[in-house]
Amino acid sequence: MAAPVKSPVDGAVPAVQKLTIGKALNMGLRAAMEADDKVLILGEDVGKLGGVFRITDGLQKDFGEQRVLDTPLAESGIIGTAVGLAVRGFRPVCEIQFEGFIFPGFDQISSQLAKLHYRTQGRVKVPVVVRVPYGGGIGAVEHHSESPESLFAHIAGLKVVSCSNPTDAYWMIQQAVACDDPVLFFEPKRLYHNGQLKSEVDTTTPPGPLFASRVVREGTDCTLVAYGPSVKVCIDAAAAAAEEGRSLEVIDLRTLSPLDLAPVFESVRRTGRLVAVSEAPSESSITSEIAARVQQECFYSLEAPVLRATGFDTPYPPSKLEEHYLPDLDRVLHTVDRAMGW
Amino acid sequence: MPSPEQWTHPEPGEGPAAQAAQPSREQVIAGLRNTDAGGAEVTQLLTPEGERIASPQFDRYISDIDPDALRGLYRDMVLVRRADREANAMQRQGQLGIWVPLLGQEAAQVGSGRALRPQDMAFPSYREHGVAYTRGVDFKELLGIFRCTDHGGWDFKAHGFHPYTIVIGNQVLNAAGYAMGQKFEGKVGDDDGEATIVYFGDGATSQGDVHEGFVWAAVYDAPLVFFCQNNQWAISEPTERQSRLPLYQRARGYGFPGIRVDGNDVLACLAVTRWALEECRHGNGPVLIEAFTYRMDAHTTTDDPTRYRLSEELEVWKHKDPIERVRVHLARNGYADQAWFDQIESEADAFAADLREFCFNMPEPPPERVFTGVYAEPSPVLDSQRDEFLSYLAGFVEAGER
Repeated sequence: MAAPVKSPVDGAVPAVQKLTIGKALNMGLRAAMEADDKVLILGEDVGKLGGVFRITDGLQKDFGEQRVLDTPLAESGIIGTAVGLAVRGFRPVCEIQFEGFIFPGFDQISSQLAKLHYRTQGRVKVPVVVRVPYGGGIGAVEHHSESPESLFAHIAGLKVVSCSNPTDAYWMIQQAVACDDPVLFFEPKRLYHNGQLKSEVDTTTPPGPLFASRVVREGTDCTLVAYGPSVKVCIDAAAAAAEEGRSLEVIDLRTLSPLDLAPVFESVRRTGRLVAVSEAPSESSITSEIAARVQQECFYSLEAPVLRATGFDTPYPPSKLEEHYLPDLDRVLHTVDRAMGW
Repeated sequence: MPSPEQWTHPEPGEGPAAQAAQPSREQVIAGLRNTDAGGAEVTQLLTPEGERIASPQFDRYISDIDPDALRGLYRDMVLVRRADREANAMQRQGQLGIWVPLLGQEAAQVGSGRALRPQDMAFPSYREHGVAYTRGVDFKELLGIFRCTDHGGWDFKAHGFHPYTIVIGNQVLNAAGYAMGQKFEGKVGDDDGEATIVYFGDGATSQGDVHEGFVWAAVYDAPLVFFCQNNQWAISEPTERQSRLPLYQRARGYGFPGIRVDGNDVLACLAVTRWALEECRHGNGPVLIEAFTYRMDAHTTTDDPTRYRLSEELEVWKHKDPIERVRVHLARNGYADQAWFDQIESEADAFAADLREFCFNMPEPPPERVFTGVYAEPSPVLDSQRDEFLSYLAGFVEAGER
């Protein structure tokens, strides 16, 4: 084991720890705040409560109320003041409580956060991270389970990423904070405290750059591409398919804007088939973009059209119905069957 | 008619009887527009007739304004107005895509702008050409926005003047965040402290972002001066479409002082803004200033104010002209003679001619400018899109088609 990394708050911590995604994000935020005293966290209930998902647990206690701000309850205010703080030289990390509540802040995100750098040709930098717990599967009421990431990927000037495992959670949040561009950081909320995903996180060395997708399971018959909460579904689907003798490759997209599709093209040229998986509605989405670009780049390699397993083009349903709405292991495998049977 | 104080601040605990005595629509409008002849509601130091009014509260904030300094403020306003008129004319001649005139608001902008110190930061909306001028931003640097060659080219840090914001009210929250940053950095607390000022119009007070800016600045004690230029019209919507309360009185609901100043009185705008900035520097902010003024021209050059306002209103406000009252004051007191006024006029003419020549000779940006500055860090996807487009354009050159 490598030498332990010293933390000024906790004392010595082991370099490799078993963490959930939620705890990894918490530790990643802590590391980012220790590395740069200009990093601030602001949002609703992020201080004493530690956020409704406890991702910022203990940070206000250790860094003070001026670095972890319990804000008034207004998302435009959170984003709008973060823009001003960034102009002043801070690196604010905003927490939006649930993705369905981001829309009051949409104006500030699209009009100011995304555009100030372009408006001023680089004279004004706005290194703001907006953390967005997103996605379904938690049995919640309306507005607590949506996947609006495509809306933000469509806005030039923003970068959009999503993590799917503890190591990425720990490192990607730090890389997002260090990035000089505004980053929308989508967190798969139903995986925050998922014990099955608990895994060892090497806190000494990042696994790679922030804006790069990655092959997380190799295979030869069909490629699955997914991000965030759907990555686990695809890995589980690939394991199930393997039992039936079918070899599926799984790619975790990680970055949604800019899209890093080179590993996807490379994979599709080998497997000849692609299924894109996402909880978001399918129309005008990340998976639409993947389908368009893959057919453009890999036309002669494709044995079947690019197929998608996604949420439906409906508002997110009452959660008693969400098992039907969310693309689960069976629906992914059914879509793979369709691709294979073409 | 009851005074606005009586009907705008009902005491807590008043029952249905008090509600029955709600002001009529006419009373609301009269209250919103009630600034005639100074009085308790409006701070005025120089009347439209050029008479200096003593103010026990605010005189000390302009004790340094001797005749020389006053001539300086007059010159500022004349140059700003002349440049504004020139730009307006250039739009009419097709040289600018659009212009946002400030005619009539010179005192509000020059007075408040001159109150700022170098360490302060101003967040403008899109009509603050006069404030830009006081911050040392060359008027020419504003033209790119309106000739549509860029979105704003000045060095915001060097000038303490943030880029223009076109979406109504957005900048109020950005300014609140910036002012919070000044406070977090410990730059507030004494005479040398920093402060931020944010400009917005009467129409913007209806926006959620302005409300949220009030909330944020209040709960974080941000050193922020909210400077509302109430020019009476949000394009075609009058103030009574925004509020049933004089705008400065809204501050009370957020727990900080609000004050109405004669926005056509450069001395009053200077004094009141200095006072407000001092409050902020010392950690007593925020403060709301409502500069009660009038937009003498259109909202923008795309607008036709004859469709929605009466010429009588315009005539009344002509008598309150912000430049003329300083001119009368200077002349009456022997602080300036005709030769000096003539010299300022010719200076303004040269200023405008220079602006015109610059405008006509502005180069168009090259096609690759579409792609530059989107991100601080490189974006391979965008880079390839740019390269593909430039290569496409180069094809025309090869074929001799461009």
